[in-house]
Amino acid sequence: MGTFCYFPHTEEDIARMLERIGVKSLDDLYSDVPADFIYKGEYDLPSAMSEQEVRDHFARLASMNRKLKVFVGQGAYDHCTPSAIPYLTSRSEFLTAYTPYQCEISQGTLRYIFEWQTMICRLTGLDCSNASMYDGPTAAAEAMRMCVACTRKRNTVLLSAGLLPHVIATVRSYAKYEGTQIIVSDDLAGGISAHASDLAGVIVPSIDRDGIIRDLEGLAEQVHAAGALLVEYCDPSALGVLKTPAEWGADIAVGDGQPLGIPLNFGGPYVGFMACRKDYMRKLPGRIVGQTEDAAGRRCFVLTLQAREQHIRREKATSNICSNQSLMALWCTIYLSLMGPEGLRRVNGLCWERSHYLHDELLKTGLFDEVHEGEFLKEFVLKPHIPAERLMHALLDAGYFAALPTAEGNVSFCVTEKHGKDEIDGLVKTVRELAR
Amino acid sequence: MKYYDKLIFELSRPGRTGFSLPAAEGGMPVGGKLWRGSAPELPEVSEPDVVRHYTNLSQMNFGVDTGFYPLGSCTMKYNPKLNEEIAAMPGFTGQHPLQPKESTEGSRAVFEELDKALAAITGMKRFTFRPCAGAHGELTGLMLMKEYHLGRGDLARTKVIVPDSAHGTNPASAACCGYEIVVVKSKADGLVDVEDLKPLLGPDIAGIMMTNPNTLGLFEKDIKEIAELVHGCGGLLYYDGANMNPLLGVARPGDMGFDILHLNLHKTFSTPHGGGGPGSGPVGVSERVLPYLDIPHVSGFHGNFTVMLRALAYILMLGRENIRMAGRLATLNANYVKESLKDCYRLPIPSVCKHEFVFDGLLEPNGTTTLDVAKRLLDYGFHAPTIYFPLLFHQAIMIEPTETESPETLDAFIEVMRKIAEEARTDPGLLHSAPRTAPVGRPDETRAARQPILKYEA
Amino acid sequence: MSKIVDGLLYSESHEWVKVDGNVAIVGISDYAQSELGDITYVDMPEPDDEFKAGDDFGAVESVKTSGEIIAPVSGKVVACNTELAEHPELINEDAYSAWIVKIEMSDRSELDSLLNASAYAKLLG
Repeated sequence: MGTFCYFPHTEEDIARMLERIGVKSLDDLYSDVPADFIYKGEYDLPSAMSEQEVRDHFARLASMNRKLKVFVGQGAYDHCTPSAIPYLTSRSEFLTAYTPYQCEISQGTLRYIFEWQTMICRLTGLDCSNASMYDGPTAAAEAMRMCVACTRKRNTVLLSAGLLPHVIATVRSYAKYEGTQIIVSDDLAGGISAHASDLAGVIVPSIDRDGIIRDLEGLAEQVHAAGALLVEYCDPSALGVLKTPAEWGADIAVGDGQPLGIPLNFGGPYVGFMACRKDYMRKLPGRIVGQTEDAAGRRCFVLTLQAREQHIRREKATSNICSNQSLMALWCTIYLSLMGPEGLRRVNGLCWERSHYLHDELLKTGLFDEVHEGEFLKEFVLKPHIPAERLMHALLDAGYFAALPTAEGNVSFCVTEKHGKDEIDGLVKTVRELAR
Repeated sequence: MKYYDKLIFELSRPGRTGFSLPAAEGGMPVGGKLWRGSAPELPEVSEPDVVRHYTNLSQMNFGVDTGFYPLGSCTMKYNPKLNEEIAAMPGFTGQHPLQPKESTEGSRAVFEELDKALAAITGMKRFTFRPCAGAHGELTGLMLMKEYHLGRGDLARTKVIVPDSAHGTNPASAACCGYEIVVVKSKADGLVDVEDLKPLLGPDIAGIMMTNPNTLGLFEKDIKEIAELVHGCGGLLYYDGANMNPLLGVARPGDMGFDILHLNLHKTFSTPHGGGGPGSGPVGVSERVLPYLDIPHVSGFHGNFTVMLRALAYILMLGRENIRMAGRLATLNANYVKESLKDCYRLPIPSVCKHEFVFDGLLEPNGTTTLDVAKRLLDYGFHAPTIYFPLLFHQAIMIEPTETESPETLDAFIEVMRKIAEEARTDPGLLHSAPRTAPVGRPDETRAARQPILKYEA
Repeated sequence: MSKIVDGLLYSESHEWVKVDGNVAIVGISDYAQSELGDITYVDMPEPDDEFKAGDDFGAVESVKTSGEIIAPVSGKVVACNTELAEHPELINEDAYSAWIVKIEMSDRSELDSLLNASAYAKLLG
């Protein structure tokens, strides 16, 4: 022993420890495991590698991925990441800590979660936020469950067909096994009146899957008149400039924190957020941090309202979630601190002008038709004259991930502040060449 | 650790900025019904303000890199630094989750390699990687249990059996899946009572959720009989992988008859806990559940990919040689601590433990509680064990040392635990008033819950 | 020693019942509040909710635990003690004046299966 860098034990250590325990060998510590179950074969794993070999192995795998300029959103947005964020979040005091159970030596984690909760409240305009969820789609699924819990005895949730496909799929999965009825519809007013007596909630996007900013005027009144809750699924970056869920009259806001500077990461880790009006505070799932004082009167922070949670309520808990996506919440909290109101406005301003520039330049090629008239911020769809799949794959060969085909045969584009005019011109030029 | 009292909002000055972006040309509409009335009140701070603030916050935190973290059931093992380097490789982090397959060969190879390795380690057939945490894995696993029965047209199975020693997430996850919970009792030796189990089994049982070793750190040695009984009644066996670490390189749940299992990559496979996440809870299944594996869509895309990169890096470092020692050394460390403290702390179940064990408070508490012991440990520079769980013991102290702790660290911990036992006898006030060296003392939690303050207001 | 009040009825799950005509006034016993510790929140049903004896219809929460409130009799909720929403500590101060709900009983004979003060004292031992 002593030959593997993560195990400190020498042969002498092991011998001394076994003696203290009063057994002869390490295998004697497994005398209670039936002999058939002790694995005697050789594990079908590669032979141990050195650090350099592991590094080389992953470098080779990474090189098998194509490096592309990303012009697609659909739930994952390629925004810029300020370098202070990975630097700070990789501090081992944050990275290697557990959930803050011992609050006296976890004030760092508890404070940033309190800051996160505050920022989520200020972005959404709502009263309270939890410590975060796994991702946006699971936050939407938890909101669906929360609607059912808050309205009691009602068991139907209406989803706008404008929600992103992966959000609808996740909510459907959560609902299926619990027995909640999910209706997906473009006609919200019709859906609300058709299901009014059993309607627990309505989930709508702030920006739909085609990138259009939705006008939710009057919707909250209709939903509330039916005795249900309104949930808005939002892009928190866009909430820097868009009308807030509170202003639209929503009861719950959910979404994914990924646009707040989290790298694409091939889909995760991201972070879900969830905020609600204070009437529903006790039904909010997940961890929540609250402010209090110690005996000396010092301000400090604790996990609070824990009696709602699974480790106490067990099968009667609001949710089974027992962690959050803490480090990614820290990531977003630092992002929002660096950006401030003006930075977030500028990010959105750049997204707006660059995406409109691409939109207009693509239309000028004569190879696309406009699909929607509504306002968009960074994402839009067009109807291509050439087959959508062929367009996407051809762009891929030229080094772009763009023109993702949608279910309707349109293609989806997204432009963030990351790509300047030159890169956009390059994309448009490639599109023109393809058509020739 | 020093006390630092600022919140980022309190550093804010109007007009100060911490971003570096080109100016926008101003095409975006201002005002109108779709736009917010006033800008969100986010902090206005410079980059140096931000870096110093969060560095100060970090210094009020305890992590695995700071010191010994014997938190039972949480497997706070060392988080290798190579993992972080791999997880930050731009070739992985720059990939969009919806990119066409031909552009993501490397990332897909990571999934395949990890799937194959976890199957070899656990004896399961294949894994889904969508679940983002252990509890999320449980939820997914129970969905698969339901799909399996539905797939056979068996609609009568509405109940899931959970031992009384189970983690609270087990019944909560089963309830989230629409199952009714039936509790099976443990015997005095801490193991599931097979005689109590038998009458519970029938055509309404979907399956049983087991943690093995269980939350007392004891191997459920009747597992073979339990598996036969549960399978015999048409149910499935679910393995809660929270306690997989002592079996790492020793035994495979798949060989014991488990049909569905979740792993916690952030426990057994060395990925950092991140103050509560991101984790990863992949779910593996046996042959009979395989056809249903991809049905539940439990998270947005492909799960927490960069966590998987870390876990695979760890497995490649271990290799088939070192993995054989991982579980064994974890078990060695736990038994060593247990045997060294059982004359000071009440050991309700004296048999050999696996990776963790449970004391039921001090032998001579002298008016002190388990909470006092935990808080006093903080004064000596150790994280506290898990306390008041499992619920079977009123003063539970659950200790899990993990294999990456040296005997010297364990000896230092043992010495302090013995000293605290002595202090309880001679000067219990030291325990009641602990911690005194932490940045803050014990907070008023009743006040926090009665009048919740959940956000900053100037 | 936990306080037990004569003239009230008690359930084995530590609720007390005061009978007022056809209405059962329900709270939790002094023993129950002392086991829970500082009470932080009472999760109450709503008026007109109907329950069967044995159903749990709410919970009393403290910082680290939560106790379910089990309906001692069947019937319909006619009133909830809304003062507890702001002041859950009233239960700690005097468990027998801090009633939680009033239930219009649908089957008075269920009262027979509850314990009187001396039987409840025996249960607590």
